[in-house]
Amino acid sequence: MNILLGVLLNGLASAMILYIIAIGMSLTMGMMRFVNLAHGSFAMAGGYGLVWFGQMQGLPFWLAICISVVIVTAGAWVLERTLYRRLYGASELEQVLFTIGLIFVAAAGAHYLFGPSPQNVTVPVSLRHQISLGTFTASSYRTMLIIAGFLLFGGISLAMDKTSLGARLRAAVDNRRMAETIGIRTDLLFTLTFCLGSALAALGGALGAEVLPIRPSYAFDQLNYVLIVVAVGGLGTLYGPFIAALMLGIADTACKYWLPELGAFFIFAAMVVLLLWRPNGVFSRV
Amino acid sequence: MNTVSDLPQSVLLPLAGRHRFRPVESLPWVVAALAYFLFPDSLALGTQVLIMALFALSLDLLLGYAGITTLGHAVFFGVGAYTAGILSVNGIGDPLAGLVLGAVVCGVFGLLCGVVILRTQGLALLMLTLGILLMCAEAANRAASVTGGADGLQGMVVGPVLGIFEFDMRARVAYWYALIVLALVFVLVRALVYSPFGRSLVGIQQNSQRMAAIGAPVRRRLVAVYGIAAAIAGIAGALNAQTNEFVGPTVLSLELSAGVLTMLIFGGVGRLYGAFVGAAFYMVLHDYLARADPAYWYLWLGVLLIVVVMYGKGGILGLCDKTRVWLAYRRCGGAKDAASVQAGAGGGSAEPMHAEGQP
Repeated sequence: MNILLGVLLNGLASAMILYIIAIGMSLTMGMMRFVNLAHGSFAMAGGYGLVWFGQMQGLPFWLAICISVVIVTAGAWVLERTLYRRLYGASELEQVLFTIGLIFVAAAGAHYLFGPSPQNVTVPVSLRHQISLGTFTASSYRTMLIIAGFLLFGGISLAMDKTSLGARLRAAVDNRRMAETIGIRTDLLFTLTFCLGSALAALGGALGAEVLPIRPSYAFDQLNYVLIVVAVGGLGTLYGPFIAALMLGIADTACKYWLPELGAFFIFAAMVVLLLWRPNGVFSRV
Repeated sequence: MNTVSDLPQSVLLPLAGRHRFRPVESLPWVVAALAYFLFPDSLALGTQVLIMALFALSLDLLLGYAGITTLGHAVFFGVGAYTAGILSVNGIGDPLAGLVLGAVVCGVFGLLCGVVILRTQGLALLMLTLGILLMCAEAANRAASVTGGADGLQGMVVGPVLGIFEFDMRARVAYWYALIVLALVFVLVRALVYSPFGRSLVGIQQNSQRMAAIGAPVRRRLVAVYGIAAAIAGIAGALNAQTNEFVGPTVLSLELSAGVLTMLIFGGVGRLYGAFVGAAFYMVLHDYLARADPAYWYLWLGVLLIVVVMYGKGGILGLCDKTRVWLAYRRCGGAKDAASVQAGAGGGSAEPMHAEGQP
């Protein structure tokens, strides 16, 4: 029973990191059909930001995360304005190659600045103790991750449903040309979404730095998982990636625990089967 | 209504002659033969260039002609390499047997994959090709008793080619072996591309619905070319295994898929010789830069990729074509012959770029 709960808790925790990282990619892909493989690099940048401000400059954990998210968002804004913008409407192949190029540059930059080895991130004391629930103990760090993930999911869903910005975003995802016709400035909206997605990725990378080690190959390591969440979850929905991340996180942890010799094979096989069944994503409305 | 024969000769001649062998096409082969004598100490690198050119050529069939975007083409390279490797570990060391078996296994595997995944397109197709690659990589990594797992396949014993030419330390036999296999496959691919089958692939890339409307079996053609490209990639993988006498887990990786895509983009997509130029450029640059520092190599690779996608559509060969057209234009001193110059200069390489081919 305790093992089951432990697997569930760890699975939920990694699912939440995946969700926070993947949601921005799902939004941008749903809106502009832009295949941004380099999305994981923004998460990596967030993680390195935490390492730089938190570990090397000695700033408090949460302050370091905030600064790092702000900086990554600013960087994303510049990149979107200068480079990404020119490839909207280009073929998938060009987008894929361009973003793979960005991954390489980001990885080389991280290698140059921080060296090749994974970074140690010390979380604050308040997140280091164990919460005991009867016979079962849970790490407060992972509990924090789960709570943060659910809060973000709830917050984003509410914002999408209730605010006018959310309504415009949904309209642009559903039918971009129609949205433009009725006066929604989709290019501005897209810059905003891109920055928001990158900010969330940076947050996910920084929060999950202890579970997913920050190193130069981070974007390539996590690419498969983030892409699975995006592709299986389906474009243009918010709950799709959430459920996909939950399934993936828990299944992955369970596989690693009970069937370590088969490793990730099941995960990839499941993805192939799910995509063959519903090519637009399991939870897509199309 | 016009029939084909009513068209003016200036339009028909380049079309009728486009499949003929042009003198300039002998250039890469002369260079490859010269390289053997000029750089006798770099033949191992030269062999790698030839193998990668073959691999990129197979990808060009998919990407440049049929318009299938894939992130998982390395799976066929890897399966071919492991097939040849396992065969030679188990005592069948004849290289040609390894090549043939690698091609057959990969061809069948490619046909099976094609039947299953080519129903989809766009993001789903990208993810399915990637998913199959990751599945096979994971399987090869776990089945350590057969594949050697993460340590790679040890103990390959490759016999002499045709029973006569023993592989040597300086890779002289390996170089000629790879060059001859590449040449034979290239002749086949070239004939295929200019055959009605190849033309119909270009048609499918440009507008698959219209091709279906005029009666071409679109899905069947795509599956067929997927199988052919897989078999060629399998040959490249088998060559790689035999000339290195080792198969490591890196043959089944996303990095290799991305690498071969990069080579093709550098050289030029949809023009056959782009694979040669791109592979040579990529491998030599890699050899030169990675020797200094692997991190620098990734930096330059990334920067080059971004620059090529942004500004250099058509790759190196595309740039050559543009320069040639520009020079010819200058010589003529006006626009009156520019169109015919362009048709002539483009020649066999005037295939539409993948990006522009989408309806």
